[in-house]
Amino acid sequence: MNQPVSPTAIYISGLSVRFSGFAAITNLSMEFRYGEIRAIIGPNGAGKTTLMDVITGKTRPAAGEVFLNKVTNLAALDETSIARLGIGRKFQKPSVFEALRVRENLELAIRNGRGYADMVRSRLGAQQHRRIDEVLETIGLENEGHRIAGTLSHGQKQWLEIGMLLVADPQVILLDEPVAGMTDHETARTAELIARLKSPERAVVVIEHDMDFVGEIADLVSVLHEGRLLGEGSMDSVRNDPRVIQVYLGR
Amino acid sequence: MNTFPDPRTSRRFTVSSSATRWLGQTVEIGMVPVLVLVALYLPFAYFVIPESNALHLSLFGINLIGQIMCFALLALALDLVWGYAGILSLGHGIFFGIGGYLMAIYLLNGAYAETHVLPDFLQYMGASDFPAAWKIFSRLDVTILLTMVVTTLVAGVFGFVTFRSRINGVYLSIITQALTYALMLLLFINDVGFGGNNGMTGFTSLAGYKLAGVTTQIGLAVCSCLLLVAAYVGARYLARSSFGRALIAVRDDEARMRFLGYRTHTLKLFAWCLSAVLAALAGMLYVPQVGIVNPTIVSPELSVEIAVWVAIGGRGTLIGAIVGAIVVNGLKFWLTAQLPAVWPFILAGVTLVIVVYFSNGVWGSFKAAGSESKGGRQ
Repeated sequence: MNQPVSPTAIYISGLSVRFSGFAAITNLSMEFRYGEIRAIIGPNGAGKTTLMDVITGKTRPAAGEVFLNKVTNLAALDETSIARLGIGRKFQKPSVFEALRVRENLELAIRNGRGYADMVRSRLGAQQHRRIDEVLETIGLENEGHRIAGTLSHGQKQWLEIGMLLVADPQVILLDEPVAGMTDHETARTAELIARLKSPERAVVVIEHDMDFVGEIADLVSVLHEGRLLGEGSMDSVRNDPRVIQVYLGR
Repeated sequence: MNTFPDPRTSRRFTVSSSATRWLGQTVEIGMVPVLVLVALYLPFAYFVIPESNALHLSLFGINLIGQIMCFALLALALDLVWGYAGILSLGHGIFFGIGGYLMAIYLLNGAYAETHVLPDFLQYMGASDFPAAWKIFSRLDVTILLTMVVTTLVAGVFGFVTFRSRINGVYLSIITQALTYALMLLLFINDVGFGGNNGMTGFTSLAGYKLAGVTTQIGLAVCSCLLLVAAYVGARYLARSSFGRALIAVRDDEARMRFLGYRTHTLKLFAWCLSAVLAALAGMLYVPQVGIVNPTIVSPELSVEIAVWVAIGGRGTLIGAIVGAIVVNGLKFWLTAQLPAVWPFILAGVTLVIVVYFSNGVWGSFKAAGSESKGGRQ
């Protein structure tokens, strides 16, 4: 796997995170590269979501480095600045703005927090409108643009949230359990959607428990256990790693 | 906040709901001409319609309408931050009070220039001349401008510190409530120099017009109506823009907005300062109509009551705030005259019923019946 080595998007070295004495992540080093879809698996409490919190600026590391493109130190920035750098995140539970319409959710996302004067005048460029139309089609909600987001089904909300990432065209996409609570049909559609996120200019990181789903989408799998990296490789090699089997898959 | 779709709120288009929606839209837009008509009606009702006619309004009645319009503006200001940005301020009386006190200083300037008699409280403090700093407020336009600047500064500093420190929800409400109370206690002290618990009174004229004059009083009431209309139109434009939707998004999930690249504290700060200025303008119009300002203007009771008006009318609807303030204050003036002992119980009872059975308030519940969903509000 991964023969032509593409540039590193996120570089993590010696990362440690502690919550009042509890070590959530200990001395973790890994790299996410452009053009790949990386899955992170591991039992509950392995530090998967904490890792995303650190990359997106929600949690500060106790030690270690987190860099974007090897130049921007993410540990020194807040959530807003990191989001503006082009790191998008989808949360575990669907967090769309339920009081707003589907299209309005995407409009908020495409602005990316810029241009308050344009916001007051509700102005959006023709190109941005086209982009929103495209994304609505990609996420299969082209006929639901005027619906209140709160009335969408669980799966549709998850897709809308992925769409909110897509309109901003981020370099790094972090997805936390995108298929949790989905029907088989919805899971299959989400797998298609995630496959379409793959691009040479983009790194995609997915946290997921559903092994079949991970096998379907991921180029490379990293296994976390108690805040440490237990193994890394293709789905097949990870599945056959005795340590991984012991802590996770075997149970 | 994020719940699975509720079957009751899933899509349903019935004749009655679309009719409700049409009616809702009509009332929301119709509010503008209605308020303008009220403004035109006030002088007409006093000067033209004979006293024997039921449509005649006494000066007392007109003055009352003017005061209520100021309260409606105050409620509108609170709805902008509470209903849209999710900041429940229990201290909007502070800004109302800043406007009121600065207006009172302007009015005292005018009174001193006419009579050359120092206000009583300044004499008791041993002052021999009108305070030099107060003379800045000797012109109405300067006073209005300075009030807006001072209010923006006070609101800006408070908002910057709290929003940046991510103080939210009930904690913020408690802080604002405590600040109003502290300001009230401060103003009660005679040596602070704002008239102590007697406050400031003895105003004579406003911009050259005798304050006791009929035309001035009616003019103030008309101004209150028109300012309310202007504020409503402006607030509605803002609320329905992308900016308003961004505020709603901050209200429902502020953390999520940060991950979308928004500086949420900047958004909140803008709405907060705008709301504070509106509240101060309401105070500026209120004081010359009641003829006095004293520390009760920043009492916690008033500040809580503003939230009650908005809650009854329906927060996050703008029109609900206006209707809530008008109805509650109208009832208050009427019932405190008829049944003074019962009024607090009526207000408490109505508030309880609204909160328990119509959590979106009167107008919010009406709108929810007409829209496809109540949206993601708790």
